[in-house]
Amino acid sequence: MTSQTLTSAAPVRPSSAESSLQRSRQRTAWLLVAPALVVLLAIAGWPLLRTIWFSLTNAQLGDLTQLQFVGLDNYIGENGVLRDAAWWSAVANTLRFSVISVTLETLLGLGVALLLNTPSRVRTLLRAAVLVPWAIPTIVSAKMWSWMLNDQYGVINVLLQSLGLIDHPLAFIADPDLTFFTIILVDVWKTTPFMALLMLAALQMVPSDCYEAARVDGVPRLRVFSHITLPLILPAVLVAMVFRALDALRVFDLIYVMTSNSRLTKSMSVYVREQLVDFQQVGFGSASATVLFLVIVLFTAGYMAFTRRRMQGV
Amino acid sequence: MKIALMSAAAVLALAGTAEAATLRLECGAPGPGQNVCMDSAKEWAKKTGNEVQFVATPNDSNEQLALLQQLLGSGSDKIDVLQIDVVWPGILANQLLDLKPYSKGAEKQHFASIVANNTVAGKLVAMPWYIDTGMMYYRKDLLDKYHLKAPTTWDEMTAVAKKIQGAERAAGNDKLWGYVWQGRAYEGLTCNALEWVSSFNGGTVVDAKGKVTISNPNAAKALDTAAKWVGTISPKAVLNFAEEEARGVFQSGNAVFMRNWPYAWSVMNQDGSAVKGKVGVMMLPKGGNAGRHAATLGGWQLAVSRYSKNPKLAADLLLYLTSAEAQKYRAITGSFNPTIPALYKDPDIIKASPFMAELYPTFASAVPRPSTVTTSKYNQVSNQFWNAAHDVLSGNAKSADALAQLDGTLKRLAPAGFVAAK
Repeated sequence: MTSQTLTSAAPVRPSSAESSLQRSRQRTAWLLVAPALVVLLAIAGWPLLRTIWFSLTNAQLGDLTQLQFVGLDNYIGENGVLRDAAWWSAVANTLRFSVISVTLETLLGLGVALLLNTPSRVRTLLRAAVLVPWAIPTIVSAKMWSWMLNDQYGVINVLLQSLGLIDHPLAFIADPDLTFFTIILVDVWKTTPFMALLMLAALQMVPSDCYEAARVDGVPRLRVFSHITLPLILPAVLVAMVFRALDALRVFDLIYVMTSNSRLTKSMSVYVREQLVDFQQVGFGSASATVLFLVIVLFTAGYMAFTRRRMQGV
Repeated sequence: MKIALMSAAAVLALAGTAEAATLRLECGAPGPGQNVCMDSAKEWAKKTGNEVQFVATPNDSNEQLALLQQLLGSGSDKIDVLQIDVVWPGILANQLLDLKPYSKGAEKQHFASIVANNTVAGKLVAMPWYIDTGMMYYRKDLLDKYHLKAPTTWDEMTAVAKKIQGAERAAGNDKLWGYVWQGRAYEGLTCNALEWVSSFNGGTVVDAKGKVTISNPNAAKALDTAAKWVGTISPKAVLNFAEEEARGVFQSGNAVFMRNWPYAWSVMNQDGSAVKGKVGVMMLPKGGNAGRHAATLGGWQLAVSRYSKNPKLAADLLLYLTSAEAQKYRAITGSFNPTIPALYKDPDIIKASPFMAELYPTFASAVPRPSTVTTSKYNQVSNQFWNAAHDVLSGNAKSADALAQLDGTLKRLAPAGFVAAK
């Protein structure tokens, strides 16, 4: 801010004129931002407030005009969401899913990004090819994988069997021991390209003179990676991880399409939808949606605080 | 001038009897069922000079309900006539038109039990369209090959399935399974599990008085019996099977027995079906000699949206589609079971689907899901029930524990019993 004032302050102009110019520029800025703010409030703020309001009532989907204010009953009442074991199991499922899938996606994405960063003639082609899973809508890829992983007619089981890896077909999306693993597998398949691309962008920003200096000094490659590459791309990796984690915490479509309403894999969003739509409990469902929102806000705030401290520490 | 003419025409149209309008009809997901429905609706359109547009819905009935709730909840006039499941009248009653003023007593031709099911607080919110009940399909050719009789209890069925599966696999048919059914965590599992439980005299989860009855040894035994099928005579994937997945396996010739609804009969006997002419139908087995043959009552009704702009015409279309004439056509071309008892004596229908006459007692005495007594809470009851069943089937819980837990959850839903909760 100050540096800008200094640079923009031409010596010929008196200071009072400058501040009025400053004010008018600020006004213009607000004016220009206003439409975006209004739109944002209308499409994000209003529904959010409405959800929070509904969460304090006993509204039913069948007739939204008939409702009574019930205070915090939907949250901490006898049958409140915070006392519902099914909610906590959904929270556990979601956290488990987020931690495992984001970790795998980060590691794999980093690997893919490093491979793509090495100069090669087919690099452009590979870069485009690697994006294909990310470009396919989740519903389509979830359905596609459900078919491929089916134990009766799925191509994966045929492949594994002909390779002699398994002796009988595995029910990937029905066997309770395998469903969670399968969902993570499909999510990793789908979102690794996204992570890889973000990290590739970061890798290409690393100045080449660092590497040259390291080469001149004869630093081993692993040390180059851990002492030059990693610290330099870390901020981008952390941002990519936040994006992914926020997405993973809201996971819905993949789980809903692949395993429907099964308790074993139910995520927080699936729980919320079930309450809101299947059970018609708009009040209770809104309360759980609000809790989900708070969980994500808390997570984001915590993560940002953590990374900022870390960044300053580095 | 033009405007004057048009408004004159509009006045005439309103006053006259031959008003031409466009009605939006929702009769299920695209597929054989919707085609049969379209035939009848087009017939009506031709007769009355109106136009009918078709609204497609998802295949899964839970998804259909979700979509309808959102559409109707917003007061949308995008649907005039819609099909609703036998368990929905209590859930959707507020959004549906009372048909009594339009039906002129037509409902008296139908099964009284279904009409009662469709009457909510004195309002006839939907008209019976076709009945579904669970049925056991089996491969006549395979049973004949091994000189086995059609089983009457679940234990006999298990033994027959095991025997044929073992023998056929030894002979190289290694994809053959004994029994396929619907084990996915959804409404279909509620139907399957209710059949097991009632066939062992384990009640209907919530009884007619609204009391939760599910935690009993017979129900536990029923679930244990079913859990033993998974991985032995049924593929493990059955835990994610809905109707069409089960039919996929059976119709490819890869299963000896299948539990499904009547619609499967006509699809499996079409040209190009691998099991055409090899399929027999029987009642679902009893739970032991003291048990009973129990088949869940399913079926679909037609209703008119409260937000329809042409309620009178919509009711007329509905009455045509549910009439004896249209139901006969549907029974012959799509093996949809009529809701009019008289049609079960119709020779043309019996010729096309012989099982309808044979299984008439099953249709007349099918086990209803506890939707009338649990009204708007039915979805939660059903969801808890299918999840408990799914936990037992997948080996994550012991049947007695799962049912005791279910009992507690259901009692929390309605502390004073379900009728009082209404």
